[in-house]
Amino acid sequence: MASATGGHAAIIQDWSSDITVFKGVPWGKAMMWIFLLSDTFIFTCFLTGYMTVRMTSAEPWPSPSEVFALEAFGVPVPLLLIAIMTFILISSSGTMAMAVNMGYQKRKKAAIYLIIVTAVFGASFVGMQMFEWSKLIFEEGIRPWYNSMGAPQFGAVFFMVTGFHGLHVSAGVAYLLIIAWRIHKGRYDDTNFEIVEILGLYWHFVDLVWVFIFAFFYLW
Amino acid sequence: MAAEEGQQHPIKLYFLVWGLLFVFSAFSYATDFMDAGYLRWFLILLFMMLKAGFIVAIFMHLMWERYALIYALLLPPIALLVLVAMMAWESDYTWLTRIVFFGAEPYPDPCPPVTHGLPEGCEPPPGLEPPATAH
Repeated sequence: MASATGGHAAIIQDWSSDITVFKGVPWGKAMMWIFLLSDTFIFTCFLTGYMTVRMTSAEPWPSPSEVFALEAFGVPVPLLLIAIMTFILISSSGTMAMAVNMGYQKRKKAAIYLIIVTAVFGASFVGMQMFEWSKLIFEEGIRPWYNSMGAPQFGAVFFMVTGFHGLHVSAGVAYLLIIAWRIHKGRYDDTNFEIVEILGLYWHFVDLVWVFIFAFFYLW
Repeated sequence: MAAEEGQQHPIKLYFLVWGLLFVFSAFSYATDFMDAGYLRWFLILLFMMLKAGFIVAIFMHLMWERYALIYALLLPPIALLVLVAMMAWESDYTWLTRIVFFGAEPYPDPCPPVTHGLPEGCEPPPGLEPPATAH
């Protein structure tokens, strides 16, 4: 498998060349990466806050395995909805990767369709999250400041972390649809369609964040 | 330069990674049925890192970028790991302080702060109205 271009010796040359550092990387892509790095800091600070609050809580922390269980065929299945949401997000990541590939092959129509499929997956993810939120708010009576099952911080962390992630998914769906529309309108016809890769970077990042939320919030 | 033509890679590789991500997700979910312990934590973190690694390396094409970009992205998060380590280190002390000085009850609390389904002889805590829609 091909590995990173340029090799380690190129690091100093790239950074000391007095011109663009990220050679061969379009500006939009470099800026998207920088944005995602800053987003990494935001999400990690949320998750670190969650870890601190959970480890220092003197009150019992509700078991996510039970809180997020759903009944299927009369049996409670732990984390059923969350597992489905995880698979939906993974599927959307796959279609997004395909869209990027189609974009670089200049197969516009295929890229547009794949982006729209990705957006539909993303929208269904947000829909399921709304269902999950409404269940917790209306049935369990959980609030950001109160939780009937133990530590009140559970509510605060849950709404904060999943809410911020859901906001990213929602914004991502809008971003996907806008770019799909612009490709359709021919705005990128004289480019290399790296816009699809930039779009893909954002979308994969949203999936990436979910990997960590799933492990630390739902499986802990 | 390869990057100037964009990140083009065989579609077979994408399908392979896609399949792997499904498998890792399934394993990840399966850990929820295990007993708590170090083995379970190890597996949770293992599948998490595998998934994250494949997404970043292949789907986000990071493994084909120049090292100038790779290190600009992978080195700063080390600061975050330091933060996580410090907060985890401090948490035992905070927890103990809450028990000792704030009189927080180590659980199980005989009268938990709930508004419905309270044990015999427990009053709802002051200021906590039951949510209007709770049953």
